[in-house]
Amino acid sequence: MTVHTPRDEQDASIIIRDAADKGTLLNVAGNGTKAPMGRPNQTDASISSAAMSGITLYEPAELVISAKSGTPVLEVMRVLAVKGQELPFEPMDYRSILGTRGDPTIGAIAAMNISGPRRIMAGAARDSLIGARFVNGRGEVVKSGGRVMKNVTGLDLVKLMAGSWGTLGFLTEVTFKVLPKPERMATLVIRGLDDNQAIEALSMALGSPFDVTGAAHLPDRDRRGGSTLIRLEGFRVSVDYRMNELKRLLKRFRFMDILEGVGAEALWQSVRDATILTDQSQRAIWRVSTAPTKGPDVAAHVAQALDAQWFYDWGGGLVWISTPVDGDAGASVLREATRTHGGHATLVRAPAEVRSALDVFEPQSDALMTLTRGIKASFDPAGILNPGRMYAGV
Amino acid sequence: MTIAFPKPDQAVLARRREIIEGLGRLVASEALIVSEDERRAFETDGLTAYRQMPLAVVLPSTTQEVSAIMRFCHDHGVKVVPRGAGTSLCGGAIPQEDAIVLGVAKMNRVLDVSFEGRTARVQAGITNLGISQAVAYEGFFYAPDPSSQLACTIAGNIAMNSGGAHCLKYGVTTNNLLGVTLVMLDGTVVEIGGEHLDAAGYDILGLVCGSEGQLGVVTEAVVRILRAAEGARPALFGFEKAEDAGACVAAIIGAGIIPVALEYMDKPAIQICEAFAHAGYPLDVEAMLIVEVEGSDQEIDDMLRRIVAIAEPFKPKTMKVSQSEAESAAIWKGRKSAFGATGRVADYICMDGTIPTGQLPYVLKRIDEIVKSYGLGVANVFHAGDGNLHPLVMFNTNVPGEMEKAEKAGEDILKLCVEVGGCLTGEHGVGIEKRDLMTYQFNPVDLEQQMRVRGVFDPGWLLNPAKVFPLEGRFAA
Repeated sequence: MTVHTPRDEQDASIIIRDAADKGTLLNVAGNGTKAPMGRPNQTDASISSAAMSGITLYEPAELVISAKSGTPVLEVMRVLAVKGQELPFEPMDYRSILGTRGDPTIGAIAAMNISGPRRIMAGAARDSLIGARFVNGRGEVVKSGGRVMKNVTGLDLVKLMAGSWGTLGFLTEVTFKVLPKPERMATLVIRGLDDNQAIEALSMALGSPFDVTGAAHLPDRDRRGGSTLIRLEGFRVSVDYRMNELKRLLKRFRFMDILEGVGAEALWQSVRDATILTDQSQRAIWRVSTAPTKGPDVAAHVAQALDAQWFYDWGGGLVWISTPVDGDAGASVLREATRTHGGHATLVRAPAEVRSALDVFEPQSDALMTLTRGIKASFDPAGILNPGRMYAGV
Repeated sequence: MTIAFPKPDQAVLARRREIIEGLGRLVASEALIVSEDERRAFETDGLTAYRQMPLAVVLPSTTQEVSAIMRFCHDHGVKVVPRGAGTSLCGGAIPQEDAIVLGVAKMNRVLDVSFEGRTARVQAGITNLGISQAVAYEGFFYAPDPSSQLACTIAGNIAMNSGGAHCLKYGVTTNNLLGVTLVMLDGTVVEIGGEHLDAAGYDILGLVCGSEGQLGVVTEAVVRILRAAEGARPALFGFEKAEDAGACVAAIIGAGIIPVALEYMDKPAIQICEAFAHAGYPLDVEAMLIVEVEGSDQEIDDMLRRIVAIAEPFKPKTMKVSQSEAESAAIWKGRKSAFGATGRVADYICMDGTIPTGQLPYVLKRIDEIVKSYGLGVANVFHAGDGNLHPLVMFNTNVPGEMEKAEKAGEDILKLCVEVGGCLTGEHGVGIEKRDLMTYQFNPVDLEQQMRVRGVFDPGWLLNPAKVFPLEGRFAA
């Protein structure tokens, strides 16, 4: 299969215009680290941002960075770290659970709207993505947004690009709002809570004025109770103060520890990357986004019907669930759970033949699906960009 | 008066009686406004220089009524101008003679609050402040705080993706919106998002937010509510030069501090606002910053100590930390009433461009030159942390030609914002005011892609059609 690696957006424009003319279906990619996600699709060629790399603008005092879409995420993070800044939404690294290699690109962070446990405080990638340049399915170079964080000029196509999985356009450059890296991070760990107690503790913490930047519950496998994590970040004085207040607020939950340093960072990374589930490499992994109060209901619903394991990235509003891959990998049960309790479920990991046979993304209402198809056609009338990656016919 | 409206469709005007009868079958009689006197209350919004009498005004009470009205207008080719409280500063809610106004202000109830889940489901006609007031008893609030928050509706906030003084920490509307009930022009009711953090599929919620009433009418919204900080305290810093204030802002952010608000006022703005609010603003400085930090007393003290240390090298003439709730309230009253207070001394138009903050000293100098070249005055207030400017170009409406000059000066200022890498509007929206300037920020391909997306929702250009996109070169699909 031909792999196009355009050097710039003009190149990309020529390739895509030609593909549109000939009806060549294009797989839209970066370095392919998330290739085993989404609906498997049949394409004739591939267009990759691999040859488009580099930071194009970085103004620390303006809290803004722009990079070509193929720039490795780690490179962006490294450049920001030099100035004590970071991508505030703490993007997940999917390589561990997907078992892939290579450099994840900043373009994919935008295209898949990837975020992490700081979601509750800092939003998802879409909340920090303030500008995008892309080539649409007609081969036209389009820009939306810009480099300033307050901008309501015209329709917000940047939001549409975020999370469209390359089905609307081939991103060539993205601009993110960034934030200072906190001076200190400390995590309160409560041990021995069941799911309902844990969600209660997390809800109390998140409903407090103490600016929680991460909240997670990792149930224990043998049901002796798990670890409930609450993260605070900021200046030293402030973190100390808030940690004391938080302990006082939650004093009825006993068995509390404070975790800091490398161990704590590794723990949050395992929450961010869902690697808490990876020792079960043969199982399917689902990502469920639901209302904060409904998480335990969703998990209980699934556990009743399936041999399921799960944890809550509660700051991300997520329940991560692993299920056996047999049959529909638990799809019918998961969908019933989200129908009953609200939210949506995405099948993040499963063998291609399983993902081919079912809806990877939560099916949408007819009205939303009509809009989705219309939007797709307005960007990519020939349907050549990542066709079917999200929904059949889109 | 330089902004044109499309010519009204005579065929629609001729059918006025029939249209009113049709609408009368869909809503109670008190919800349908037809008399000239009563319609006059809806002929303009916050951009009062422009007025257009609508065909009729409908004020529905339910999503079902909105749906029926929209379907009727769709079937009969009648234009619809959605309206919240009519506080738009860019003319986003100004009607057209051949359009009906569909106002959501009657739908103003809180439907459900979950403090555990930190969400509120509200009807879209509730005021911005009304949401905060409804959840205040548990110490919660709704974060985006446009200056008009007492009057403006969440429907209007969603339409314009409104910001406010505290969005440096809390973000703007789109960052605090989880779901909407959207009524499409053909009457279809679409539920987008919900109580969970991320909506599934394409981010249609993010597209609807800031779409200025061109894609549908929002009748309900799910918003995030947040627990308020334990306390907040502003400090004032006065500088002899605008450059020093600008450099101080960069130094604060460069030191890793994101204050909850970081506001800039120039000398004319300080004097106008001080005369109105008696906030203790320094009158002998060229530029003033209001820096607000949040947290416990201990945290606030620590943070203000850091900020004072950062500011000192820039030799502020005044450094004053608020000592009481009353003083803090006065400081904010002065800033938030900047538009109203300016209105007491002059007629003005309020611009809303955003610039990269590094360009601040240059842009302020150029604004001054531009406005002087038209023989007018300007007061500058803006959100310094994010570069969102609000130059108030002052004029006297009784002097023939002055308003046109002010509009010209405003136009030049917005072009300047785009030139230095910024945008035409940071939080007020395009409306009619900036519609004809869109081509300075976007090329035809950019605009065509936006219009194609618009066409998915409203192929016949019936929803708020005089706004956002230049009248020339429009198309739907």
